[in-house]
Amino acid sequence: MEVAPSNHLRTFELEREEGAIIESLRALSRERLPDPNAWLDGELKRNVLTTTLDAALNWARAASLWPNICFTACCTFEVIATSSSRFDIARFGMEVLRASPRQADLMITAGTLTWKMAPQIRRLYDQMAEPKWVIGMGACGITGGIFRGSYSVVPGYNHIIPVDVYLPGCPPRPESLLNAVEMLRKKIKRSSARASR
Amino acid sequence: MKLPALPELACSLGAEIDPSGSGLIVQPEKLLETARHLKETPGLDFTYLDMITAVDYPDNFEIIYRFLSLKRNEAVIIRTRVDKENASVPSISPLWRGADYQEREIYDLFGIAFAGHPNLRRIMLWEGFKGYPLRKDYQGNA
Amino acid sequence: MLKTEPFILNIGPQHPSTHGVFRLRATMDGEIMTDVEPVFGYLHRGLEKLMEGRTYKENIPLTDRLDYVSAINNNWPYVLALEELAGISVPARAEYIRVIMGELQRIASHLLAIGSLMNDMGAFYTPFMYMFREREKILDLFSMVTGQRLLYNFMRFGGVSHDFPAEFLPALDKLLRTLPGFLDEYDALLAENEVLLGRTKGVGRLSAEMAINASVSGPVLRGSGVRWDIRKASPYSVYDHLEFDIPVGTIGDTYDRYRVRMAEMRESIHLIRQATQQLPAGKTMNNVPLRFRPPRGEAYAQVEAPRGALGCYLVSDGSETPYRCHFRAPAFLNLSALKEMLIGQKLSDAIIIFGSIDISMGEVDR
Repeated sequence: MEVAPSNHLRTFELEREEGAIIESLRALSRERLPDPNAWLDGELKRNVLTTTLDAALNWARAASLWPNICFTACCTFEVIATSSSRFDIARFGMEVLRASPRQADLMITAGTLTWKMAPQIRRLYDQMAEPKWVIGMGACGITGGIFRGSYSVVPGYNHIIPVDVYLPGCPPRPESLLNAVEMLRKKIKRSSARASR
Repeated sequence: MKLPALPELACSLGAEIDPSGSGLIVQPEKLLETARHLKETPGLDFTYLDMITAVDYPDNFEIIYRFLSLKRNEAVIIRTRVDKENASVPSISPLWRGADYQEREIYDLFGIAFAGHPNLRRIMLWEGFKGYPLRKDYQGNA
Repeated sequence: MLKTEPFILNIGPQHPSTHGVFRLRATMDGEIMTDVEPVFGYLHRGLEKLMEGRTYKENIPLTDRLDYVSAINNNWPYVLALEELAGISVPARAEYIRVIMGELQRIASHLLAIGSLMNDMGAFYTPFMYMFREREKILDLFSMVTGQRLLYNFMRFGGVSHDFPAEFLPALDKLLRTLPGFLDEYDALLAENEVLLGRTKGVGRLSAEMAINASVSGPVLRGSGVRWDIRKASPYSVYDHLEFDIPVGTIGDTYDRYRVRMAEMRESIHLIRQATQQLPAGKTMNNVPLRFRPPRGEAYAQVEAPRGALGCYLVSDGSETPYRCHFRAPAFLNLSALKEMLIGQKLSDAIIIFGSIDISMGEVDR
């Protein structure tokens, strides 16, 4: 039995472009991130207070975090286990896993990030609406974990996107994911509504 | 799983028996012919390509093919060796669909070209990646 | 007559139904797929290269992360290859423990496969929750033995890392008594379900000839009617002392692959029952030197993982680290037949066909 040859050469150009994006992101990650709040005057920061509004907004934000599906590798199954009936993430108002980043405000980075995947993750993060938070889940998400030192692995999500809560473990148990969510909620309640990244 | 009668097979293919006794060593130029013989000869029926992989030895690359005969429950390993400069072996993807991605993977990670492959380009890494990581002399970091 | 032209549709790598970071570039003619091109590598972590830099024992946790939903079955070919290479024997009790854990893992993995297949079919999350209910019970048993829920680092060359604790066998017995009832429940809910039949019967057919040509293995190969299982073809461990059937499909459509997985879970229960009855006493680990150096040479070992024939090709140069370690990943090779199954199908069916192959990206990309 002979197999008919396939012809995919027309998509080759596309792949070269994608490769160029990966290489530029790789170069960019070695630079320091600029401080986005640098334009704010120090006086302005000290003098503007929005306490009551803060409390109300933060309460609402912390009580219904909608996670984005960012399921790259092993930790995925612990996120799904957390959202299924036994650990029941619905108790925290966050059982809706959104496939679209525009409907989500929390990214749980479940798994190893490779340089090939990095532009997509960066794009997902950019597409999420402000305010948004990131839980860096698992050893791979923090430093590259067991795969640190590989030629294709990003040594931690914070080379690509800012991370709010780091959750160690390989993979972390669902209980510790819930703990990380709790930590993030505390962080949100402390933050000011005017503060942006 | 059994081994087929290697001496007879080696005789009919003009190949030599591997010192470890697990299969045959063939010249790269005779590879396609060997594979076709294994696949299409009645009584051999090695219709299933189990695995292709490569090893970077100090002197040469060794490419390892493992074929199975589901009918007779036999397995045979075919090896071929190529020089490191401009390493190239004939592709067996016209015979087996299952060879397509495996050959691309070896091309991607070892830089061994497969002549006659319809779509030979990087599969695991991105276009623009420098070097072939599974070679022993690869110097690179994350 | 309306003039139409084909267009390229990109699916993934970030997509809820691609089972990980898989990407498909499909050429569409309206709703029909005329050509597909999978794009791999979004989870290529360079595992085989990393293994060359670490000692044999340090590599066991790396093998766990190949196919992260069946970690125990991934340790297996690696330790088998090493045992063959260095001539290490394994105590009988350890072999039985391996079989029990491996078959439990197969059930857990197939539950997940069927759950996500239903998910892809549009039964969003409810069947998935049912499957996770049972999977959690199995994970409880695993954490009883190994302390981990997902990646266990369980097997060692020369045995297994832990013996069963005293409470394990009663708990396993309890699970084995309830599990067939749950499977019956799924059968009652799904097997004759009109929606499931309508969407899977005759969809994504793969002929036996093409399956063999494309190096397909596991439930996908058996769904096409080829009676081929490594556990029977070249029995490793103690599978030759145990009785079981190889369930096969008839025409190789999505429904057959679903049925094969359901039947395999029942066979696994049957296997675990036999293994617990035959479980001998004794030690679970033979002594292996701390600075372990296998002799020069190479070995190839293969096991029947939930996704198919998982092989490990190991080359040793006599040092403490492997010279080369290659994994024959069944999920990667099962995708070779993707084209045959998808071309000419509708986009909505393509997602189901893809789900029925049941890939795990960690293994596809390595």
